[in-house]
Amino acid sequence: MIAHAIFFYVFSLIAIISAIMVTVSKNTVHSVFFLILDFISISCLFIMIGAEFLGMIMLIVYVGAVAVLFLFVVMMLNVAQQKNQWLLSEASSGHIPIGLIISALIFFELIIVIGGWKYKPDLFNSDNLDISNELSNTHSLGQILYTDYIHIFQISGMILLIAMIGAIVLTFRQREGVKKQSYIKQISRERSEGVEVLDVPSNKGVKIDD
Amino acid sequence: MIEIGLGHYLTLGAVIFTIGIVGIFLNRKNIIVILMSIELILLAVNINLVSFSIYLNDLSGQVFTLFILTVAAAEAAIGLAIIVVYYRNAGTIRVEEIDNLKG
Repeated sequence: MIAHAIFFYVFSLIAIISAIMVTVSKNTVHSVFFLILDFISISCLFIMIGAEFLGMIMLIVYVGAVAVLFLFVVMMLNVAQQKNQWLLSEASSGHIPIGLIISALIFFELIIVIGGWKYKPDLFNSDNLDISNELSNTHSLGQILYTDYIHIFQISGMILLIAMIGAIVLTFRQREGVKKQSYIKQISRERSEGVEVLDVPSNKGVKIDD
Repeated sequence: MIEIGLGHYLTLGAVIFTIGIVGIFLNRKNIIVILMSIELILLAVNINLVSFSIYLNDLSGQVFTLFILTVAAAEAAIGLAIIVVYYRNAGTIRVEEIDNLKG
């Protein structure tokens, strides 16, 4: 139990500090790195609390895919040089106190909800979703994911497909001046536009259009 | 303090959620940091769902966390694609200079 407490405080401290660094870091690349650190520590918390499958999925999806995507875009757009301009222009920083006040309000609301939170003992009576002690976390998740939630599962796959198509369509660009093979042009060539028979006078040579 | 309960995890989720919101409000940099703040907010939601799922002994929270992960990945991909297209057209992704709608 003490080990649980120690690990919880260590990982959550790392998570909170890196979340703060994501927002205040001067360099966008550093922000992405701190985001990766945040995800790693939170997935360590997930694994510690007993949701191993989600922790591992989080490592794979976020650290392996999403964070790398962020890094690619940051490096592609060359925004690393645009240094952080916190409170640079006086005119546009007028909303910052209001933003801070609203954020503090949201935080205290959440804390109040947590502090006064009690749930009714008979709130959950869904027996088929109980976490069993015999099966592993991944096994039990798979057992309900492919039976009870199969339609939602397939719809989420459809969301991923649409996101992929959308990203490709958005960023696709037809470039000028790039030579590409065109099959329809190749097979629709006629003899008349390909070759020309010239009547060459002797000892004069010939001028070829090119 | 030593006994780690549900409240600890919920507090951690609340703190990260608030940091994400502060990051959206106070951002003077590029939009990419705002997208990262949105990822932080979704992460806080995931923390809440998983901790409720474990402490209430109900697996459906983890299932929904899985779907939130899916949607977050799709959202990040589309958002970054939009940012790339905008940068190609306008040449900047600084938050102050994106004011075409005059909102």
